Amino acid sequence: MARGILVATNQNGGRVRRVAYEMVSLAQTLAPGAVTALTFGAEAEKTAPELGRFGADQVVALNAPPYQQYSSDGFALAVQAVVERLDPEAVFFPATAWGKDLAPRVAGLLKAGLASDCIEVHRREDGRLGAVRPVYAGKAFATVAIESPRALFSIRPNIQAVTTHDRAGALLDVNLDVDASQFQAVVVDVKAQASDKPELTEADIIVSGGRGIKAAENFRVLEDLADALGAALGSSRPVADEGWVPHSYHIGQTGKVVSPTVYFAVGISGAIQHLAGISGSKYIVAINNDPDAPIFKAANYGIVGDLFQVVPALAAEIRRIKQEA
Amino acid sequence: MPDTATQIRVQPGEPRIQTDGIKWVMNPYDEFALEEGLRLKERFGGEVVVVALGPTRVEEAIRQGLAMGADRAVHIVTDAATDLDPWTVAQALAQACQAEGYDLIFTGKQAVDDDQAQVGPLVAVALGLPQITVVIQLTVDPEGRRVRAERELEGASEIVEAPMPVVITAQRGLNEPRYPTLPNIMKAKRKEVKAVPFADLGIQSSPLVRVESLTLPPARPAAKILTGDPAETARELARLLHEEAHVI
Ligand SMILES: Cc1cc2nc3c(=O)[nH]c(=O)nc-3n(C[C@H](O)[C@H](O)[C@H](O)COP(=O)(O)OP(=O)(O)OC[C@H]3O[C@@H](n4cnc5c(N)ncnc54)[C@H](O)[C@@H]3O)c2cc1C
Repeated sequence: MARGILVATNQNGGRVRRVAYEMVSLAQTLAPGAVTALTFGAEAEKTAPELGRFGADQVVALNAPPYQQYSSDGFALAVQAVVERLDPEAVFFPATAWGKDLAPRVAGLLKAGLASDCIEVHRREDGRLGAVRPVYAGKAFATVAIESPRALFSIRPNIQAVTTHDRAGALLDVNLDVDASQFQAVVVDVKAQASDKPELTEADIIVSGGRGIKAAENFRVLEDLADALGAALGSSRPVADEGWVPHSYHIGQTGKVVSPTVYFAVGISGAIQHLAGISGSKYIVAINNDPDAPIFKAANYGIVGDLFQVVPALAAEIRRIKQEA
Repeated sequence: MPDTATQIRVQPGEPRIQTDGIKWVMNPYDEFALEEGLRLKERFGGEVVVVALGPTRVEEAIRQGLAMGADRAVHIVTDAATDLDPWTVAQALAQACQAEGYDLIFTGKQAVDDDQAQVGPLVAVALGLPQITVVIQLTVDPEGRRVRAERELEGASEIVEAPMPVVITAQRGLNEPRYPTLPNIMKAKRKEVKAVPFADLGIQSSPLVRVESLTLPPARPAAKILTGDPAETARELARLLHEEAHVI
Protein backbone atom coordinates (compact mmCIF):
# COMPACT_ATOMS: atom_id res chain seq x y z
CA MET A 1 0.00 0.00 0.00
CA ALA A 2 1.13 3.54 -0.72
CA ARG A 3 2.97 4.94 2.27
CA GLY A 4 4.84 8.08 3.28
CA ILE A 5 5.00 11.57 1.86
CA LEU A 6 7.22 12.81 -0.96
CA VAL A 7 8.10 16.51 -0.70
CA ALA A 8 9.22 18.08 -3.99
CA THR A 9 11.29 21.24 -3.70
CA ASN A 10 13.55 23.38 -5.84
CA GLN A 11 16.94 24.53 -4.61
CA ASN A 12 19.71 26.80 -5.66
CA GLY A 13 23.34 26.04 -4.86
CA GLY A 14 22.37 23.71 -2.03
CA ARG A 15 19.91 26.16 -0.49
CA VAL A 16 16.14 25.81 -0.35
CA ARG A 17 13.39 28.29 0.48
CA ARG A 18 11.96 28.25 3.97
CA VAL A 19 8.74 26.70 2.65
CA ALA A 20 10.74 23.50 2.00
CA TYR A 21 11.47 23.19 5.72
CA GLU A 22 7.84 24.02 6.50
CA MET A 23 6.73 21.24 4.16
CA VAL A 24 9.03 18.54 5.55
CA SER A 25 8.06 19.53 9.10
CA LEU A 26 4.39 19.22 8.21
CA ALA A 27 4.98 15.93 6.40
CA GLN A 28 6.82 14.54 9.42
CA THR A 29 3.80 15.18 11.68
CA LEU A 30 1.49 13.43 9.19
CA ALA A 31 3.72 10.49 8.20
CA PRO A 32 6.34 10.07 10.94
CA GLY A 33 9.48 8.36 9.74
CA ALA A 34 8.34 8.18 6.13
CA VAL A 35 9.20 11.57 4.61
CA THR A 36 11.29 11.77 1.45
CA ALA A 37 12.40 15.11 0.05
CA LEU A 38 13.04 15.38 -3.69
CA THR A 39 15.39 18.11 -4.91
CA PHE A 40 16.69 19.04 -8.34
CA GLY A 41 19.75 20.61 -9.87
CA ALA A 42 23.46 21.12 -9.30
CA GLU A 43 24.44 20.65 -5.64
CA ALA A 44 20.99 19.29 -4.77
CA GLU A 45 22.71 16.75 -2.49
CA LYS A 46 23.89 19.61 -0.27
CA THR A 47 20.32 20.21 0.88
CA ALA A 48 20.19 16.84 2.67
CA PRO A 49 21.51 17.79 6.14
CA GLU A 50 19.17 20.76 6.55
CA LEU A 51 16.13 19.06 5.03
CA GLY A 52 16.87 16.14 7.37
CA ARG A 53 17.09 18.39 10.38
CA PHE A 54 13.59 19.77 9.68
CA GLY A 55 11.92 16.45 8.99
CA ALA A 56 13.09 14.62 5.86
CA ASP A 57 14.00 11.00 6.55
CA GLN A 58 15.50 10.56 3.12
CA VAL A 59 16.54 12.93 0.37
CA VAL A 60 16.56 12.17 -3.34
CA ALA A 61 18.90 14.62 -5.09
CA LEU A 62 18.47 14.70 -8.86
CA ASN A 63 21.68 16.59 -9.58
CA ALA A 64 22.45 15.22 -13.05
CA PRO A 65 22.76 17.70 -15.96
CA PRO A 66 19.16 17.32 -17.24
CA TYR A 67 17.89 18.72 -13.94
CA GLN A 68 20.07 21.80 -13.87
CA GLN A 69 17.63 23.88 -15.93
CA TYR A 70 13.99 23.75 -14.95
CA SER A 71 11.56 22.21 -17.41
CA SER A 72 7.94 21.81 -16.32
CA ASP A 73 7.29 18.79 -18.52
CA GLY A 74 10.72 17.29 -17.88
CA PHE A 75 10.62 17.66 -14.10
CA ALA A 76 7.06 16.35 -14.04
CA LEU A 77 8.24 13.16 -15.73
CA ALA A 78 10.98 12.87 -13.11
CA VAL A 79 8.53 13.33 -10.23
CA GLN A 80 6.26 10.75 -11.81
CA ALA A 81 9.15 8.29 -12.04
CA VAL A 82 10.15 8.86 -8.40
CA VAL A 83 6.53 8.47 -7.30
CA GLU A 84 6.26 5.19 -9.17
CA ARG A 85 9.46 4.00 -7.48
CA LEU A 86 8.69 5.08 -3.90
CA ASP A 87 4.88 4.74 -3.97
CA PRO A 88 4.09 7.55 -1.47
CA GLU A 89 0.52 8.18 -0.35
CA ALA A 90 0.95 11.89 -0.98
CA VAL A 91 3.20 14.42 -2.72
CA PHE A 92 3.74 17.96 -1.44
CA PHE A 93 4.80 20.88 -3.60
CA PRO A 94 5.43 24.45 -2.51
CA ALA A 95 2.64 26.82 -3.61
CA THR A 96 5.25 29.02 -5.28
CA ALA A 97 5.78 29.91 -8.95
CA TRP A 98 7.84 26.72 -9.27
CA GLY A 99 5.50 24.40 -7.39
CA LYS A 100 2.30 25.78 -8.91
CA ASP A 101 3.75 25.19 -12.37
CA LEU A 102 4.93 21.67 -11.64
CA ALA A 103 2.20 20.24 -9.37
CA PRO A 104 -0.73 20.27 -11.84
CA ARG A 105 1.54 18.80 -14.52
CA VAL A 106 2.36 15.90 -12.18
CA ALA A 107 -1.32 15.59 -11.23
CA GLY A 108 -2.14 15.19 -14.92
CA LEU A 109 0.48 12.48 -15.43
CA LEU A 110 -0.57 10.55 -12.32
CA LYS A 111 -4.27 11.24 -12.72
CA ALA A 112 -4.21 12.21 -9.07
CA GLY A 113 -6.28 14.82 -7.26
CA LEU A 114 -4.39 18.00 -6.40
CA ALA A 115 -5.44 20.60 -3.84
CA SER A 116 -3.66 23.89 -4.59
CA ASP A 117 -2.33 26.46 -2.15
CA CYS A 118 -3.37 24.61 1.01
CA ILE A 119 -3.22 26.34 4.37
CA GLU A 120 -3.73 23.08 6.25
CA VAL A 121 -3.24 19.38 5.54
CA HIS A 122 -4.72 16.98 8.05
CA ARG A 123 -5.27 13.28 8.67
CA ARG A 124 -8.99 12.54 8.31
CA GLU A 125 -11.03 10.10 10.35
CA ASP A 126 -10.93 7.61 7.49
CA GLY A 127 -7.12 7.68 7.70
CA ARG A 128 -6.61 9.60 4.47
CA LEU A 129 -5.23 13.08 4.01
CA GLY A 130 -7.48 16.09 3.54
CA ALA A 131 -6.81 19.80 3.26
CA VAL A 132 -8.16 23.27 3.80
CA ARG A 133 -7.60 25.83 1.06
CA PRO A 134 -8.74 29.38 0.44
CA VAL A 135 -11.17 30.02 -2.40
CA TYR A 136 -12.26 33.38 -3.81
CA ALA A 137 -8.77 34.52 -2.75
CA GLY A 138 -9.57 33.94 0.91
CA LYS A 139 -13.15 35.20 1.05
CA ALA A 140 -13.99 31.59 1.98
CA PHE A 141 -12.22 28.36 2.89
CA ALA A 142 -12.88 24.95 1.38
CA THR A 143 -12.24 21.67 3.15
CA VAL A 144 -11.39 19.18 0.42
CA ALA A 145 -11.05 15.42 0.15
CA ILE A 146 -8.90 13.76 -2.50
CA GLU A 147 -10.65 10.83 -4.14
CA SER A 148 -7.71 9.37 -6.06
CA PRO A 149 -5.49 6.73 -4.40
CA ARG A 150 -2.64 9.23 -4.32
CA ALA A 151 -3.12 12.78 -3.04
CA LEU A 152 -1.22 15.86 -4.21
CA PHE A 153 -1.04 19.13 -2.29
CA SER A 154 0.68 22.42 -2.88
CA ILE A 155 1.40 24.12 0.42
CA ARG A 156 1.25 27.85 0.94
CA PRO A 157 4.40 29.36 2.47
CA ASN A 158 4.21 30.76 6.00
CA ILE A 159 1.41 28.51 7.31
CA GLN A 160 3.45 25.94 9.18
CA ALA A 161 6.07 26.30 11.90
CA VAL A 162 9.32 24.43 11.29
CA THR A 163 10.31 21.79 13.82
CA THR A 164 13.71 20.21 14.19
CA HIS A 165 14.41 16.49 14.37
CA ASP A 166 17.55 14.53 15.16
CA ARG A 167 18.05 12.95 11.82
CA ALA A 168 20.53 13.36 9.05
CA GLY A 169 18.39 13.06 5.94
CA ALA A 170 19.99 10.03 4.30
CA LEU A 171 20.66 10.44 0.61
CA LEU A 172 18.73 7.91 -1.42
CA ASP A 173 19.98 7.06 -4.89
CA VAL A 174 17.25 6.73 -7.47
CA ASN A 175 18.19 6.03 -11.05
CA LEU A 176 15.59 7.42 -13.39
CA ASP A 177 14.88 6.38 -16.87
CA VAL A 178 14.03 9.89 -18.04
CA ASP A 179 15.24 11.09 -21.42
CA ALA A 180 16.29 14.73 -21.19
CA SER A 181 16.17 15.19 -24.95
CA GLN A 182 12.38 14.94 -24.61
CA PHE A 183 12.15 18.03 -22.36
CA GLN A 184 10.15 20.62 -24.27
CA ALA A 185 9.58 23.82 -22.28
CA VAL A 186 13.00 24.67 -20.89
CA VAL A 187 14.21 27.65 -18.86
CA VAL A 188 16.97 29.47 -20.74
CA ASP A 189 17.51 32.43 -18.46
CA VAL A 190 16.57 33.83 -15.05
CA LYS A 191 16.24 37.56 -14.46
CA ALA A 192 16.63 38.36 -10.81
CA GLN A 193 15.18 41.66 -9.67
CA ALA A 194 17.70 43.42 -7.48
CA SER A 195 16.06 43.67 -4.09
CA ASP A 196 17.24 43.26 -0.55
CA LYS A 197 13.62 42.95 0.61
CA PRO A 198 11.98 39.64 1.49
CA GLU A 199 9.58 38.15 -1.07
CA LEU A 200 5.91 39.11 -0.57
CA THR A 201 4.37 35.66 -0.24
CA GLU A 202 7.04 34.58 2.25
CA ALA A 203 7.34 37.83 4.16
CA ASP A 204 6.66 37.98 7.87
CA ILE A 205 5.78 41.68 7.71
CA ILE A 206 4.45 43.60 4.71
CA VAL A 207 4.15 47.36 4.29
CA SER A 208 1.68 48.07 1.53
CA GLY A 209 0.76 51.38 -0.09
CA GLY A 210 -2.44 52.54 -1.77
CA ARG A 211 -3.54 55.49 -3.83
CA GLY A 212 -3.27 57.62 -0.68
CA ILE A 213 0.46 57.66 -1.36
CA LYS A 214 -0.35 60.01 -4.30
CA ALA A 215 2.87 59.74 -6.34
CA ALA A 216 5.58 57.22 -7.18
CA GLU A 217 8.30 59.15 -5.40
CA ASN A 218 6.32 59.14 -2.16
CA PHE A 219 6.79 55.39 -1.93
CA ARG A 220 10.10 56.24 -0.24
CA VAL A 221 8.15 56.98 2.92
CA LEU A 222 6.95 53.38 2.95
CA GLU A 223 10.35 52.01 2.02
CA ASP A 224 11.77 53.62 5.10
CA LEU A 225 9.12 52.00 7.32
CA ALA A 226 9.74 48.66 5.59
CA ASP A 227 13.47 49.02 6.26
CA ALA A 228 12.83 49.74 9.92
CA LEU A 229 10.65 46.62 10.16
CA GLY A 230 12.63 44.32 7.84
CA ALA A 231 9.43 44.11 5.84
CA ALA A 232 8.53 43.44 2.23
CA LEU A 233 6.74 46.09 0.14
CA GLY A 234 3.37 45.65 -1.51
CA SER A 235 0.61 47.78 -3.00
CA SER A 236 -3.03 47.98 -3.99
CA ARG A 237 -3.85 47.40 -7.64
CA PRO A 238 -4.26 51.02 -8.80
CA VAL A 239 -0.79 51.84 -7.51
CA ALA A 240 0.71 49.08 -9.66
CA ASP A 241 -1.54 50.00 -12.61
CA GLU A 242 -0.28 53.59 -12.38
CA GLY A 243 3.23 52.21 -12.69
CA TRP A 244 4.30 53.68 -9.34
CA VAL A 245 5.56 50.22 -8.39
CA PRO A 246 6.15 46.98 -10.35
CA HIS A 247 3.18 44.68 -11.05
CA SER A 248 4.72 42.14 -8.71
CA TYR A 249 3.73 44.41 -5.77
CA HIS A 250 0.00 44.14 -6.51
CA ILE A 251 -1.86 42.39 -3.68
CA GLY A 252 -5.46 41.20 -3.76
CA GLN A 253 -7.89 38.90 -5.46
CA THR A 254 -6.29 39.53 -8.85
CA GLY A 255 -2.77 39.92 -7.52
CA LYS A 256 -0.73 38.22 -4.83
CA VAL A 257 -2.48 36.57 -1.92
CA VAL A 258 -0.38 37.05 1.19
CA SER A 259 -0.36 35.70 4.72
CA PRO A 260 2.17 37.64 6.80
CA THR A 261 2.14 38.04 10.56
CA VAL A 262 1.58 41.78 10.18
CA TYR A 263 0.16 43.63 7.19
CA PHE A 264 0.41 47.44 7.17
CA ALA A 265 -2.23 48.94 4.83
CA VAL A 266 -1.16 52.54 4.28
CA GLY A 267 -3.44 54.85 2.28
CA ILE A 268 -5.47 51.84 1.17
CA SER A 269 -9.26 52.15 1.34
CA GLY A 270 -9.94 48.42 1.81
CA ALA A 271 -11.89 47.42 -1.32
CA ILE A 272 -13.25 43.89 -1.20
CA GLN A 273 -10.77 42.69 -3.85
CA HIS A 274 -7.88 43.99 -1.79
CA LEU A 275 -9.19 42.56 1.48
CA ALA A 276 -9.52 39.13 -0.14
CA GLY A 277 -5.78 39.00 -0.71
CA ILE A 278 -4.83 39.91 2.84
CA SER A 279 -7.39 37.97 4.89
CA GLY A 280 -4.75 35.40 5.84
CA SER A 281 -2.72 38.04 7.71
CA LYS A 282 -2.48 37.50 11.46
CA TYR A 283 -2.63 41.24 12.21
CA ILE A 284 -3.78 44.01 9.92
CA VAL A 285 -2.72 47.57 10.71
CA ALA A 286 -4.47 50.40 8.87
CA ILE A 287 -3.22 53.94 8.44
CA ASN A 288 -5.72 56.18 6.70
CA ASN A 289 -6.98 59.74 7.08
CA ASP A 290 -10.59 58.76 6.46
CA PRO A 291 -12.13 57.36 9.65
CA ASP A 292 -14.87 55.70 7.57
CA ALA A 293 -12.49 53.82 5.27
CA PRO A 294 -13.59 50.15 5.10
CA ILE A 295 -10.03 49.04 5.86
CA PHE A 296 -10.61 49.92 9.53
CA LYS A 297 -13.34 47.26 9.70
CA ALA A 298 -10.84 44.63 8.61
CA ALA A 299 -8.02 45.85 10.84
CA ASN A 300 -6.76 44.85 14.27
CA TYR A 301 -5.05 48.20 14.83
CA GLY A 302 -5.44 51.49 13.09
CA ILE A 303 -4.44 55.13 13.09
CA VAL A 304 -6.70 57.78 11.66
CA GLY A 305 -4.27 60.34 10.32
CA ASP A 306 -2.15 61.67 7.49
CA LEU A 307 0.21 58.94 6.38
CA PHE A 308 2.91 61.48 5.54
CA GLN A 309 3.05 62.43 9.21
CA VAL A 310 2.22 59.09 10.82
CA VAL A 311 4.50 56.76 8.85
CA PRO A 312 7.82 58.58 9.49
CA ALA A 313 6.94 58.86 13.19
CA LEU A 314 6.12 55.16 13.28
CA ALA A 315 9.37 54.22 11.55
CA ALA A 316 11.36 56.27 14.06
CA GLU A 317 9.47 54.72 16.98
CA ILE A 318 10.08 51.18 15.70
CA ARG A 319 13.78 51.87 15.25
CA ARG A 320 13.88 53.13 18.84
CA ILE A 321 12.15 50.02 20.19
CA LYS A 322 14.43 47.71 18.21
CA GLN A 323 17.50 49.56 19.43
CA GLU A 324 16.41 49.17 23.04
CA ALA A 325 15.64 45.48 22.63
CA MET B 1 -17.46 33.49 -12.31
CA PRO B 2 -18.75 35.85 -9.64
CA ASP B 3 -17.62 39.44 -10.10
CA THR B 4 -14.64 40.12 -7.82
CA ALA B 5 -16.72 42.66 -5.88
CA THR B 6 -18.99 39.83 -4.71
CA GLN B 7 -19.44 39.34 -1.00
CA ILE B 8 -19.25 35.55 -0.69
CA ARG B 9 -22.01 33.82 1.30
CA VAL B 10 -22.19 30.10 1.92
CA GLN B 11 -25.30 28.03 1.23
CA PRO B 12 -26.09 26.65 4.71
CA GLY B 13 -25.17 22.99 5.04
CA GLU B 14 -23.78 22.77 1.50
CA PRO B 15 -20.27 23.05 0.06
CA ARG B 16 -21.45 25.85 -2.26
CA ILE B 17 -21.85 29.58 -2.32
CA GLN B 18 -25.18 31.36 -2.53
CA THR B 19 -25.58 32.51 -6.10
CA ASP B 20 -28.66 34.71 -5.94
CA GLY B 21 -27.91 38.30 -6.88
CA ILE B 22 -24.41 37.52 -8.10
CA LYS B 23 -23.10 39.30 -11.18
CA TRP B 24 -21.22 36.83 -13.38
CA VAL B 25 -18.18 37.95 -15.34
CA MET B 26 -15.38 36.54 -17.44
CA ASN B 27 -12.39 35.47 -15.34
CA PRO B 28 -10.05 38.52 -15.36
CA TYR B 29 -7.01 36.38 -16.28
CA ASP B 30 -8.91 34.93 -19.23
CA GLU B 31 -9.17 38.46 -20.63
CA PHE B 32 -5.37 38.63 -20.83
CA ALA B 33 -5.35 35.17 -22.43
CA LEU B 34 -7.89 36.15 -25.08
CA GLU B 35 -6.25 39.52 -25.76
CA GLU B 36 -2.93 37.82 -26.46
CA GLY B 37 -4.61 35.47 -28.90
CA LEU B 38 -6.28 38.40 -30.68
CA ARG B 39 -3.00 40.29 -30.99
CA LEU B 40 -1.30 37.27 -32.53
CA LYS B 41 -4.14 36.88 -34.99
CA GLU B 42 -3.88 40.54 -35.96
CA ARG B 43 -0.16 40.11 -36.53
CA PHE B 44 0.06 36.71 -38.17
CA GLY B 45 -3.49 35.87 -39.29
CA GLY B 46 -5.40 32.76 -38.32
CA GLU B 47 -8.42 32.23 -36.19
CA VAL B 48 -9.25 32.71 -32.51
CA VAL B 49 -11.78 30.27 -31.07
CA VAL B 50 -13.19 30.74 -27.56
CA VAL B 51 -13.80 27.51 -25.67
CA ALA B 52 -15.87 27.81 -22.50
CA LEU B 53 -17.52 25.40 -20.11
CA GLY B 54 -20.48 26.15 -17.85
CA PRO B 55 -24.20 26.79 -17.63
CA THR B 56 -26.23 28.98 -19.97
CA ARG B 57 -25.10 32.19 -18.24
CA VAL B 58 -21.55 31.59 -19.60
CA GLU B 59 -22.88 32.78 -22.97
CA GLU B 60 -22.51 36.31 -21.74
CA ALA B 61 -18.78 35.86 -21.25
CA ILE B 62 -18.58 34.11 -24.62
CA ARG B 63 -20.32 37.07 -26.32
CA GLN B 64 -17.86 39.39 -24.62
CA GLY B 65 -15.02 37.32 -26.07
CA LEU B 66 -16.58 37.43 -29.52
CA ALA B 67 -17.12 41.17 -29.18
CA MET B 68 -13.45 41.59 -28.28
CA GLY B 69 -12.69 39.95 -31.63
CA ALA B 70 -12.74 36.17 -31.37
CA ASP B 71 -14.05 34.50 -34.55
CA ARG B 72 -16.31 31.85 -33.05
CA ALA B 73 -16.89 29.85 -29.91
CA VAL B 74 -17.55 26.41 -28.49
CA HIS B 75 -19.72 26.25 -25.40
CA ILE B 76 -19.59 23.01 -23.41
CA VAL B 77 -22.89 23.21 -21.61
CA THR B 78 -23.35 21.86 -18.10
CA ASP B 79 -25.31 23.04 -15.10
CA ALA B 80 -22.98 21.21 -12.75
CA ALA B 81 -19.88 23.29 -13.58
CA THR B 82 -19.24 24.34 -9.98
CA ASP B 83 -19.17 20.70 -8.90
CA LEU B 84 -16.68 19.65 -11.57
CA ASP B 85 -13.07 19.45 -10.48
CA PRO B 86 -10.13 20.80 -12.51
CA TRP B 87 -9.34 17.37 -13.96
CA THR B 88 -12.81 16.91 -15.41
CA VAL B 89 -12.99 20.46 -16.77
CA ALA B 90 -9.59 20.02 -18.39
CA GLN B 91 -10.61 16.76 -20.10
CA ALA B 92 -13.67 18.47 -21.57
CA LEU B 93 -11.73 21.53 -22.76
CA ALA B 94 -8.98 19.34 -24.20
CA GLN B 95 -11.57 17.42 -26.22
CA ALA B 96 -12.96 20.63 -27.65
CA CYS B 97 -9.45 21.89 -28.48
CA GLN B 98 -8.71 18.60 -30.17
CA ALA B 99 -11.85 18.91 -32.27
CA GLU B 100 -11.11 22.52 -33.30
CA GLY B 101 -7.36 22.24 -33.89
CA TYR B 102 -4.76 24.66 -32.47
CA ASP B 103 -1.32 26.21 -32.76
CA LEU B 104 -1.43 27.81 -29.34
CA ILE B 105 -3.80 27.40 -26.40
CA PHE B 106 -4.23 30.26 -23.95
CA THR B 107 -5.87 30.13 -20.52
CA GLY B 108 -5.83 32.46 -17.53
CA LYS B 109 -3.19 31.62 -14.94
CA GLN B 110 -6.00 30.72 -12.56
CA ALA B 111 -9.70 31.23 -12.06
CA VAL B 112 -10.46 33.77 -9.37
CA ASP B 113 -13.22 31.61 -7.88
CA ASP B 114 -11.65 28.28 -6.92
CA ASP B 115 -8.07 29.55 -7.39
CA GLN B 116 -6.80 26.06 -8.24
CA ALA B 117 -4.51 27.15 -11.11
CA GLN B 118 -4.65 23.68 -12.63
CA VAL B 119 -6.75 23.68 -15.77
CA GLY B 120 -4.09 25.06 -18.16
CA PRO B 121 -1.42 22.49 -17.23
CA LEU B 122 -4.01 19.69 -17.12
CA VAL B 123 -5.17 20.54 -20.64
CA ALA B 124 -1.51 20.51 -21.70
CA VAL B 125 -0.97 17.04 -20.25
CA ALA B 126 -4.22 15.75 -21.75
CA LEU B 127 -3.08 16.88 -25.21
CA GLY B 128 0.57 15.91 -24.70
CA LEU B 129 1.71 19.53 -25.01
CA PRO B 130 4.29 21.54 -23.08
CA GLN B 131 3.15 24.44 -20.92
CA ILE B 132 4.40 27.84 -19.81
CA THR B 133 2.43 29.29 -16.90
CA VAL B 134 2.05 32.78 -15.38
CA VAL B 135 3.36 34.43 -18.52
CA ILE B 136 3.98 38.19 -18.53
CA GLN B 137 5.60 38.45 -21.96
CA LEU B 138 5.40 36.31 -25.06
CA THR B 139 7.21 36.19 -28.39
CA VAL B 140 5.96 33.82 -31.05
CA ASP B 141 7.99 32.65 -34.03
CA PRO B 142 5.37 31.15 -36.36
CA GLU B 143 7.93 30.00 -38.96
CA GLY B 144 10.24 28.31 -36.47
CA ARG B 145 7.15 27.09 -34.58
CA ARG B 146 8.66 28.15 -31.26
CA VAL B 147 7.72 30.53 -28.46
CA ARG B 148 9.80 32.41 -25.95
CA ALA B 149 8.03 33.55 -22.81
CA GLU B 150 8.83 35.39 -19.63
CA ARG B 151 7.11 33.99 -16.56
CA GLU B 152 6.86 35.55 -13.16
CA LEU B 153 8.71 34.08 -10.19
CA GLU B 154 9.07 35.32 -6.62
CA GLY B 155 11.04 38.56 -6.95
CA ALA B 156 12.41 37.45 -10.32
CA SER B 157 11.32 36.12 -13.68
CA GLU B 158 12.53 33.38 -15.99
CA ILE B 159 12.67 33.01 -19.74
CA VAL B 160 11.28 29.76 -21.10
CA GLU B 161 11.46 28.46 -24.65
CA ALA B 162 9.17 25.80 -26.02
CA PRO B 163 8.07 24.30 -29.33
CA MET B 164 4.54 24.92 -30.62
CA PRO B 165 1.86 23.91 -29.96
CA VAL B 166 2.12 24.93 -26.33
CA VAL B 167 -0.31 25.92 -23.57
CA ILE B 168 0.28 29.42 -22.20
CA THR B 169 -1.38 30.64 -18.99
CA ALA B 170 -1.70 34.42 -18.81
CA GLN B 171 -0.76 36.70 -15.93
CA ARG B 172 -1.63 40.37 -15.46
CA GLY B 173 1.02 42.44 -17.22
CA LEU B 174 1.00 40.32 -20.38
CA ASN B 175 -1.10 42.96 -22.14
CA GLU B 176 -3.93 45.45 -21.65
CA PRO B 177 -7.20 43.79 -22.74
CA ARG B 178 -9.32 45.86 -25.12
CA TYR B 179 -12.91 46.87 -24.44
CA PRO B 180 -15.47 45.66 -26.96
CA THR B 181 -16.76 48.53 -29.12
CA LEU B 182 -20.46 48.91 -29.85
CA PRO B 183 -20.19 47.84 -33.53
CA ASN B 184 -18.19 44.79 -32.44
CA ILE B 185 -20.78 43.94 -29.81
CA MET B 186 -23.42 44.00 -32.56
CA LYS B 187 -21.24 41.91 -34.86
CA ALA B 188 -20.63 39.39 -32.08
CA LYS B 189 -24.34 38.60 -31.96
CA ARG B 190 -24.07 36.99 -35.39
CA LYS B 191 -20.95 34.92 -34.71
CA GLU B 192 -21.19 31.17 -34.36
CA VAL B 193 -21.43 29.59 -30.89
CA LYS B 194 -21.41 25.82 -31.08
CA ALA B 195 -23.18 24.29 -28.08
CA VAL B 196 -21.88 20.89 -26.99
CA PRO B 197 -23.69 19.17 -24.11
CA PHE B 198 -21.11 18.04 -21.54
CA ALA B 199 -22.91 14.71 -21.30
CA ASP B 200 -22.13 14.03 -24.98
CA LEU B 201 -18.38 14.07 -24.33
CA GLY B 202 -18.44 10.76 -22.48
CA ILE B 203 -16.28 12.03 -19.62
CA GLN B 204 -16.97 10.37 -16.29
CA SER B 205 -17.39 13.20 -13.85
CA SER B 206 -16.56 11.64 -10.50
CA PRO B 207 -14.18 14.22 -9.06
CA LEU B 208 -10.59 13.61 -7.96
CA VAL B 209 -10.90 16.60 -5.65
CA ARG B 210 -14.16 16.94 -3.76
CA VAL B 211 -15.16 20.01 -1.75
CA GLU B 212 -16.71 18.78 1.50
CA SER B 213 -17.50 22.08 3.14
CA LEU B 214 -17.12 25.82 2.70
CA THR B 215 -16.65 28.20 5.61
CA LEU B 216 -16.17 31.93 5.94
CA PRO B 217 -13.05 33.31 7.61
CA PRO B 218 -13.49 34.06 11.32
CA ALA B 219 -14.30 37.70 12.05
CA ARG B 220 -11.42 39.74 13.45
CA PRO B 221 -11.81 41.04 17.00
CA ALA B 222 -12.84 44.70 17.18
CA ALA B 223 -10.00 46.93 16.08
CA LYS B 224 -8.11 49.38 18.26
CA ILE B 225 -8.33 52.61 16.31
CA LEU B 226 -6.14 55.51 17.43
CA THR B 227 -6.90 59.13 16.66
CA GLY B 228 -5.15 62.37 17.47
CA ASP B 229 -1.61 63.68 17.26
CA PRO B 230 0.42 61.77 14.62
CA ALA B 231 3.53 61.37 16.76
CA GLU B 232 1.55 60.21 19.78
CA THR B 233 -0.62 57.76 17.86
CA ALA B 234 2.49 56.39 16.14
CA ARG B 235 4.16 55.86 19.51
CA GLU B 236 1.07 54.13 20.90
CA LEU B 237 0.76 51.88 17.84
CA ALA B 238 4.42 50.86 18.09
CA ARG B 239 3.89 50.09 21.78
CA LEU B 240 0.81 47.96 21.08
CA LEU B 241 2.60 46.01 18.33
CA HIS B 242 5.55 45.47 20.64
CA GLU B 243 3.90 44.77 24.00
CA GLU B 244 0.43 43.49 23.13
CA ALA B 245 0.77 41.71 19.78
CA HIS B 246 4.49 40.87 20.29
CA VAL B 247 5.21 41.22 16.61
CA ILE B 248 8.08 43.71 16.63
C1 LIG C 1 -12.05 42.97 -11.45
C2 LIG C 1 -11.38 43.80 -10.41
C3 LIG C 1 -10.32 43.23 -9.71
C4 LIG C 1 -9.66 43.99 -8.74
N1 LIG C 1 -8.62 43.41 -8.07
C5 LIG C 1 -7.96 44.14 -7.15
C6 LIG C 1 -6.87 43.56 -6.42
O1 LIG C 1 -6.49 42.41 -6.61
N2 LIG C 1 -6.24 44.34 -5.52
C7 LIG C 1 -6.61 45.63 -5.26
O2 LIG C 1 -5.98 46.28 -4.41
N3 LIG C 1 -7.62 46.19 -5.92
C8 LIG C 1 -8.30 45.48 -6.86
N4 LIG C 1 -9.32 46.07 -7.54
C9 LIG C 1 -9.56 47.52 -7.34
C10 LIG C 1 -10.37 47.81 -6.10
O3 LIG C 1 -11.75 47.69 -6.39
C11 LIG C 1 -10.07 49.23 -5.58
O4 LIG C 1 -10.34 50.15 -6.60
C12 LIG C 1 -8.63 49.42 -5.13
O5 LIG C 1 -8.25 48.40 -4.24
C13 LIG C 1 -8.47 50.75 -4.45
O6 LIG C 1 -7.11 51.00 -4.21
P1 LIG C 1 -6.66 51.99 -3.06
O7 LIG C 1 -7.19 51.54 -1.77
O8 LIG C 1 -5.18 52.12 -3.18
O9 LIG C 1 -7.24 53.37 -3.55
P2 LIG C 1 -8.50 54.21 -3.02
O10 LIG C 1 -9.70 53.39 -2.92
O11 LIG C 1 -8.52 55.44 -3.82
O12 LIG C 1 -8.08 54.56 -1.53
C14 LIG C 1 -7.07 55.46 -1.18
C15 LIG C 1 -7.15 55.63 0.32
O13 LIG C 1 -6.10 56.46 0.76
C16 LIG C 1 -6.59 57.30 1.78
N5 LIG C 1 -5.73 58.48 1.82
C17 LIG C 1 -5.65 59.49 0.91
N6 LIG C 1 -4.72 60.39 1.31
C18 LIG C 1 -4.21 59.96 2.48
C19 LIG C 1 -3.23 60.46 3.38
N7 LIG C 1 -2.56 61.59 3.15
N8 LIG C 1 -2.99 59.76 4.52
C20 LIG C 1 -3.67 58.60 4.78
N9 LIG C 1 -4.59 58.07 3.95
C21 LIG C 1 -4.86 58.74 2.81
C22 LIG C 1 -8.02 57.59 1.40
O14 LIG C 1 -8.78 57.93 2.54
C23 LIG C 1 -8.46 56.27 0.79
O15 LIG C 1 -9.06 55.42 1.76
C24 LIG C 1 -10.03 45.33 -8.48
C25 LIG C 1 -11.11 45.88 -9.17
C26 LIG C 1 -11.79 45.13 -10.11
C27 LIG C 1 -12.95 45.75 -10.82
